[in-house]
Amino acid sequence: MGKSLLGIEPLERAEIEQMLDRARAYQFHGGGPQPKLTLCAGRLVVTLFFENSTRTRSSFEIAAKRLGADTLSITASGSSVSKGETLVDTLNTLVAMHPAAIVMRHASSGAPHFLSRHMMTPIINAGDGTHEHPTQALLDARTILDRLGRLEGLRVAIIGDIAHSRVARSNVHLLSKFGADIVLCGPPPLLPPQMAVIAPGVTLEYDIRKAVKDADVVMMLRVQLERIHEPAIQAGEYFRFYGLRLGHLELARAHAIVMHPGPINRGREISSEVADSQRSMILSQVENGVAVRMAVLEKVLLQ
Amino acid sequence: MKLLIRNGRIICPASGLDGVGDLLIEDGRIAGSGQDLSAPGADVIDATGLVVAPGFIDIHVHLREPGFEHAETIATGSRAAAAGGFTTVCCMPNTRPVNDSGMVTTYILETASRVSPIRVCPIGAITKGSEGEELASIGTMAAAGAVAISDDGRPVMNSRVMRRAMEVAREVGIPVIDHCEDLNLTAGGDMHECVDSVNLGLRPIPSAAEDVMVARDIILAEMTGVRFHVAHISTKNSVAMVAYAKQRGLPVTSEVTPHHIALHTGHMKPYDSNYKMKPPLRCATDIDAILGGIASGAIDCIATDHAPHAGDDKFQEFEKCPFGITGLETALGISLEVLVHSGRISLPKMIAMLTSEPARVIGWKGEQARGALKPGYLGDVTIFHPEYPWTFDVTKSQSKSRNSPFSGRTFQGGPIITIVGGTEVWRAQGY
Repeated sequence: MGKSLLGIEPLERAEIEQMLDRARAYQFHGGGPQPKLTLCAGRLVVTLFFENSTRTRSSFEIAAKRLGADTLSITASGSSVSKGETLVDTLNTLVAMHPAAIVMRHASSGAPHFLSRHMMTPIINAGDGTHEHPTQALLDARTILDRLGRLEGLRVAIIGDIAHSRVARSNVHLLSKFGADIVLCGPPPLLPPQMAVIAPGVTLEYDIRKAVKDADVVMMLRVQLERIHEPAIQAGEYFRFYGLRLGHLELARAHAIVMHPGPINRGREISSEVADSQRSMILSQVENGVAVRMAVLEKVLLQ
Repeated sequence: MKLLIRNGRIICPASGLDGVGDLLIEDGRIAGSGQDLSAPGADVIDATGLVVAPGFIDIHVHLREPGFEHAETIATGSRAAAAGGFTTVCCMPNTRPVNDSGMVTTYILETASRVSPIRVCPIGAITKGSEGEELASIGTMAAAGAVAISDDGRPVMNSRVMRRAMEVAREVGIPVIDHCEDLNLTAGGDMHECVDSVNLGLRPIPSAAEDVMVARDIILAEMTGVRFHVAHISTKNSVAMVAYAKQRGLPVTSEVTPHHIALHTGHMKPYDSNYKMKPPLRCATDIDAILGGIASGAIDCIATDHAPHAGDDKFQEFEKCPFGITGLETALGISLEVLVHSGRISLPKMIAMLTSEPARVIGWKGEQARGALKPGYLGDVTIFHPEYPWTFDVTKSQSKSRNSPFSGRTFQGGPIITIVGGTEVWRAQGY
């Protein structure tokens, strides 16, 4: 049985590099139908999503299919979960069907970590609550490498609802391992001061202009202004102070790129002009999602 | 009926006793202590090499009955208490139905009188259903035998309701015990707000959630004159505020749990629900402040907050798991380790925190007097070994539940014989 991929934090830099290298081999190079590989033939990959997702789930499914694996997709609505089954029972039922790996997204931080302590089947974390989203960080790193050629020494600004972002945490851990300077930026209620010490190389900024100044990468996060547990922030107020506009990019490095894990809220955290600009890597990120997930699946299934 | 305990190290902090001698219990009450007592016809226990202390009192446990018998019952919880050296426990009212009436109080007392080897003293709710709105039948519960009131776990957010409850409790003559937590600041949090909670993506419980309610309650206690007791104190600011209240002569007391002195966030296994409780495990600096508060007297007693939960309930996503861990059987081992063997406080002082001090918080008097080895007091005695090594195995716990982070931990010293009203109710294996 392979090893689970639960998060970026516990990984060694070399493991990450190896996956990023493999992902390059799987990138789409245009022209004609993609060859279907047989590397993972006869292996079943289950995607189990307790939260809605279009891009991550389809990306994993395409990746598994390209590797020749069989896929089974389960979403929480319509499954036995909504009939009151416990998480452990749901997983045990799936495990009895002998999947080679379970790709799982869950709204509770640590849900895959809890499960992996009690079962042998490797789990690939496709996002757990507000904790980690490791494959997103890998595809982001692949995208930055494609465009800028390195991670070390880059200034990466991550802007938005840091407190509730698993994308931010995974990216912080990955970029930190590669020696990037990470600037986190957002309104104080969404940017806990403790974020500055979760990994080396992180600084906090509450002013977006300072955050994007001299940045090589500007990574925007999706903002959900209506959260159950926190007082709402007015949308207009948010965009005024933390929405990324073309003017901000003049403060960044000339080659700076803009990233966003999607789905984007135009006019909320990012202006349409930025989202559709030449600097925007949003669609490259989606494209790299498949390549990176092929590399991850290959590692987990064949190790 | 006589019981003679011979040749033990008798320690009774309330009467200043600490020396090797004999202790006699007659007709269920302490008769006296001294050298070479003769008591013809008495049963004899040889306590050579052991400490003979007043029976331990835990003023904060959850016995789960009525309503949650799958997690614990009065019978199993009180057996766990006896195994931990406790002769009296005060059980919190968050049962189903909530103990907010004389009827439920009576039910608990009558059940305990049939099934419990030790003394069970119910704590009544502050508000009806612990919903924080209407006052519970405080006087009726007290008349039925409730020894304090608390909405433990569902603290009263409305300060005016708390004020009125305190006024009633003052007249009835029982203390108000508050689980000090501002639920709006907690906002469904699962872990102490710190670097780890942020990194693990767990919703935070800031120290301020406790601090602001301790401040409020101290202010209201001064206003109403009630005896006010802070349950399971866990933050450095709370300790400072209780110390300040005491310095001003207010009738304010506090307790700490064994786990809040033994563990901090750095000890947690990520997403392991055996480390999930309220208040949450705090930081090393909070433990330092708590240990300081114990030494200075700001913290009066040790109470376990024994909170059994059925295995299934604790075996799920971290944020779905209920709060709390069991604690009765490990309390003495932890207290010895963290407080006495470390040299922080003396053995008599630790015993006081488990006996005379909790007795003072509740205020048992006359026929109910306990917590000391004085003639006429209830004949409750805990005999323990102060040093022998033993390892806690949660699968052998007397409790019905298994939610403890201390399984596998080896302690130096633990309970040997528990005596209630002159009757031996529990003895460690091998003795």
